[in-house]
Amino acid sequence: MMDPITLLTVVVLAVFVGFEVVSKVTSKLHTPLMSGANAIHGIILVGAIIVAGQASDPWLLTIALIAVVLATVNLVGGFVVTDRMLEMFGSRKPSRPRAGAGEDGT
Amino acid sequence: MSVLGPGWTALFYLAASVCFILALKGLSSPRTARRGNAIGAAGALLAVVTVFLSAKLENIPLILAAIAVGSAVAVPVARRVQMTQMPQLVALFNGVGGGAAALVALLELGHNEDPWVRLAVVFTMLVGAVSFAGSAVTVGKLQELISTRPLVFPGMPVLMGAVVLGAVAAGGFVVATGSAGWAVALVVLGLAAGFLLVLPVGGADVPIVISLLNAFTGLAVAASGIVLGNVLLLVAGTLVGASGTILTKVMASAMGRGVTGIMFGAFRGGSTAGSTAQSDRPVRSSSPEDVAVQLGYAQRVVIVPGYGLAVAQGQHTIAELATALAARGVEVVFAIHPVAGRMPGHMNVLLAEANVPYEALKELEEANPEFPNTDVALVVGANDVVNPAAKHTPGAPIYGMPILEVAQAGQVVFLKRSMRPGFAGIENELLFDPKTTLLFGDAKDSLTRVLGAVKAL
Repeated sequence: MMDPITLLTVVVLAVFVGFEVVSKVTSKLHTPLMSGANAIHGIILVGAIIVAGQASDPWLLTIALIAVVLATVNLVGGFVVTDRMLEMFGSRKPSRPRAGAGEDGT
Repeated sequence: MSVLGPGWTALFYLAASVCFILALKGLSSPRTARRGNAIGAAGALLAVVTVFLSAKLENIPLILAAIAVGSAVAVPVARRVQMTQMPQLVALFNGVGGGAAALVALLELGHNEDPWVRLAVVFTMLVGAVSFAGSAVTVGKLQELISTRPLVFPGMPVLMGAVVLGAVAAGGFVVATGSAGWAVALVVLGLAAGFLLVLPVGGADVPIVISLLNAFTGLAVAASGIVLGNVLLLVAGTLVGASGTILTKVMASAMGRGVTGIMFGAFRGGSTAGSTAQSDRPVRSSSPEDVAVQLGYAQRVVIVPGYGLAVAQGQHTIAELATALAARGVEVVFAIHPVAGRMPGHMNVLLAEANVPYEALKELEEANPEFPNTDVALVVGANDVVNPAAKHTPGAPIYGMPILEVAQAGQVVFLKRSMRPGFAGIENELLFDPKTTLLFGDAKDSLTRVLGAVKAL
């Protein structure tokens, strides 16, 4: 196990970064941001892969592989659906060259 | 394979962590959002490649097959889901992530003797299970498989208390003994707690709960990082936990609610005051031709879209109607309530899909001062977000939520399926106001007929 003080340092700094990066988000982007954050915790896939790679017993391996499938659904699906939402926000810009001016005001 | 040494592994994980921070930062601004998401995905890919190259893994073909299965399930669903059903999908993805975290912790239990690590195992299993079951209930509520009304039964707080105590006891046994049996019991109790936590939440508050459970899953993933001694999981999970908590608070305050009020309000009786009964009080109903005349000869029209519009897939028709009115010289804007649709920002996504120009979308604070200068407010499939009960009726479930003040406009036209109350289950006094007219029917049908009539003017 890692040094507890190092762990605490990492956690505290990550908490502040997490608070800071989303503190001023417009309500228009709440849904994509929630969905994007949702995709990021799909990184539990890394944990599932490690566990599956170390499983010796077939039962444990089965459970671990289920975890891999679930985590992949979270990770891959999360990023794809977020991209689809954001694609719709972006798609108007080429046809509406003046849209940028109004956008900066918000 | 152990191609990468521990130093390189740590560096690549650090790079992936930075990608996730940049992703969240990018997602907070409209111009950088899509790039932010792509950076996040790149970070995830880097992390997954790194784990294959650094850890001593067996069963690699099976793991790759499981990843292929997961992707084969997720990608088509994510690509094809209708935008109206997106909240359910986000909740579902969140739930399976929580489930995965709980399973990972369960399997790691046997490898750890340290009581602190076991405590992290217990936390991951419990929170992951709560998130999984809670998300399942939110999906059920959003799909209306379960009642969207707050579900409470006598003795529920007692049962919840018993489940929590049981979970604490089971968690204590797991920490002390490392027993797999108790660990399974803990997961079952966590699932029960998730169900009991979300059942009492009213339909209109479900988006907030999804965001909260998203933060929960983040925390479970962070704890799994401690279990596995993996800094990337710790950082990514903590980031999501922290940003998810803030986002939940921001969303709740956009609805004028506190998070504790949303989660436990039903037990105080406040949120259960609504009713789904239809009212038989008289209203003024109208025809598409009359609505077309009202709109076509107005100077300024504000359209208030709601979930009914999304359900009817009417966003393209309403965009056409706005264009047709603009061609007649009518000034048309859309007033978007922060929680219009089923999730904050959902309606912006739907109207963006229909190519409604960004400048025509006004947020609540911009839209409200303009209603007194507006001739006609056209409310399409929305109810709760314009319900004056939020301002005037202290007992109402939505009391305190900021509303779009359409009552200030010269005339109000509602396009509604029926007189059934909205998602929050409360009647809207505005429907009975003398300056209000109603056009009943499916939002898309009504809009198509109004559009035809406007073009014929």
